[in-house]
Amino acid sequence: MTTTASKPLSTALYRSRRLRLGSLLTLPLVWLVGLYIVSLALLLATAFWRVDPFTSKVTPAFQFDAFEQLLANEAYLSTSLRTLGIALTVTLLSAAFAIPLGIYMAKVASPWVRGFLAVAITLPLWAGYLVKILAMRVTFTEEGFFNSFFGVFGISGPGFSQTTVVLTLTYLWFPYMALPVYTAIRQIPVNLFDASADLGAKGWTTVRTVVLPLLAPALIAGSVFTFSLSLGDYIAAELVGGATQMIGSIIANNINLNPPVAAAFSMVPVAFVVLYLLATRRTGALERM
Amino acid sequence: MKKRYRVLPAMAAAAALVLAGCAADAGSDGDGDASGEITFDVPDVPMHEEMGEFEDAVDIIAWSGFVEPEWSDAFTEETGCVVNRRVAGTSDEMVQLMRTGDYDLVSASGDASLRLIVGGDVAPINRDLIPNFGDDIVPGMQNQLYDTINGKVYGVPIGRGANILQYNSEVVTEEPTSWDIVWETDSPYAGQVTAYDAPIYIADAAVYLMYHEPELGIQNPYALDEEQLAAAIELLQQQNGLISEYWSDPVAQITSFAGGTTVVGTSWEILRKLAADDKLKGTLPVEGSTGWADAWMISAESDAPNCAYEWMNYTSSAEVNGKIAMNFGMAPANGAFCELNDEAAAHCEEFNALNEEYFENVWYWTTPIEQCLDGRTEVRCTSFQEWTDAWVSVKG
Repeated sequence: MTTTASKPLSTALYRSRRLRLGSLLTLPLVWLVGLYIVSLALLLATAFWRVDPFTSKVTPAFQFDAFEQLLANEAYLSTSLRTLGIALTVTLLSAAFAIPLGIYMAKVASPWVRGFLAVAITLPLWAGYLVKILAMRVTFTEEGFFNSFFGVFGISGPGFSQTTVVLTLTYLWFPYMALPVYTAIRQIPVNLFDASADLGAKGWTTVRTVVLPLLAPALIAGSVFTFSLSLGDYIAAELVGGATQMIGSIIANNINLNPPVAAAFSMVPVAFVVLYLLATRRTGALERM
Repeated sequence: MKKRYRVLPAMAAAAALVLAGCAADAGSDGDGDASGEITFDVPDVPMHEEMGEFEDAVDIIAWSGFVEPEWSDAFTEETGCVVNRRVAGTSDEMVQLMRTGDYDLVSASGDASLRLIVGGDVAPINRDLIPNFGDDIVPGMQNQLYDTINGKVYGVPIGRGANILQYNSEVVTEEPTSWDIVWETDSPYAGQVTAYDAPIYIADAAVYLMYHEPELGIQNPYALDEEQLAAAIELLQQQNGLISEYWSDPVAQITSFAGGTTVVGTSWEILRKLAADDKLKGTLPVEGSTGWADAWMISAESDAPNCAYEWMNYTSSAEVNGKIAMNFGMAPANGAFCELNDEAAAHCEEFNALNEEYFENVWYWTTPIEQCLDGRTEVRCTSFQEWTDAWVSVKG
């Protein structure tokens, strides 16, 4: 009796399963439904609204003008495909860097080097997003670091271009790929490598047949970040892209002038991500995440 | 700060308004400069009749540099009105913010003002309550199409400027006289050209075409029919091949010139000044240019009209108006400022404040609308949405 009297909250929670669930889920659910889903739904709804050609004011309606506009002008399609290409390239580059680095860190490096590399990967996360893009801007400007350093060898940089956007986004999102991949490799028991070697597999065969299959969930987790973050980005295109136009650039241009078109066009990256998740689900990797 | 949460401000505001049916009563001489020739259906918003007691605070949306403690502190001391400033980055953002109804004043440029007026978001100005809004205001900034509608004045002029052709004199050794070096494929500076990254930049192409291809019949770069818009877009697509980078962020433009990525392109006088680099020079080419003129506008829902009116009056005085103009780097609206002292005179000289001939060639940003601003009635002109849509295909 003393316990119930002194700890009424615990007692109540213990007695009522609903209360237990409620206290656990209320906050995340309010967040998820109230802010996340509702705002997304409102966004989708705006795509069907009418915009006044003079004042840019939107009035509720149900029409497909915004979507028709997206189909009528082929620049929207080419921009979507370009953005998709950039996002996929960033993801592949991140993975290509993360796997060897992860194997080295987890299985080869001394604890001291491992710690150093872990700090080196995560440290840029502490710097502001804009600061990092501006750093890339300084690096790749005509008289910037890249050209003055590599100019000695007769190499001139990509300037501000689509290539620079890919490099910048890879730089920005690499930690989100590197960390899950490294963690996953660390969890692979060392004796699997030994067993693979005992069975006659060389280094590359071991990576291909043992490491990569075990890495799939981590790679997919990482790629969800690198892919979706790249799809939505437009600041990089604006500051280091030169004349590069991405999906986000168009949405930003339209958000005040023509909200229905901005809303309709923002469905494109959503569709890309959903398709991507469905594709990865088919591989079964999501269940093992 | 006020706390007013509105889920769908635009929707609520729009529902209450009957929007522009665009009654056409246009003059036919093709000169779109003078207002009064074109009339619009504007919601009837009452004007502030007389000054009352000052409220506690005034909320202002302004361009960076328009509301600074240097002059707003003295205003607060004088009137007791606390000045809350919100800096906006683009005209579109200003329009959007004004529609929330949370602000009293905005320093609107011409491409925002028509939208605000016709949307019923701003109220007409009672000039009697603003003694400083008098004859000292330079003639080129009075009764302009972008702020005087149906005979009513909606804006108190702050200042103006031209979008100049800026060049790196170490590379472009002779002062350019034409914009052709940023538009034509045979430009010696291909790959080193910058352009403004916004749909309103279409007007710059139109200004160039107006001079070089008169057969297109462009009378006003903000009144383009479909064919004229297509010609402008074609020119912009041609320019896309010359571009090193587009700029919308002023700092990015400065670093682009400073870092050598760009050697020629559109700019503002203030950016050239901020770059503080002697090799960067500016000029107004023979074709003329686009430009901007800013004016204070008062919200139709202002809950501090007395503070707002006093602010407009205070900032229209020669001294304060001049301070704003010098801080922002533009030509002041109040011409009396130029006679205050040598520094003021030099500033006016540099920014051509009293040089109406200079500004005759400058087309102030104006919102393109379906009703042709040049007075044509036989065709439909393209709206800003169409410009925004067309802008997407410039970069492809």
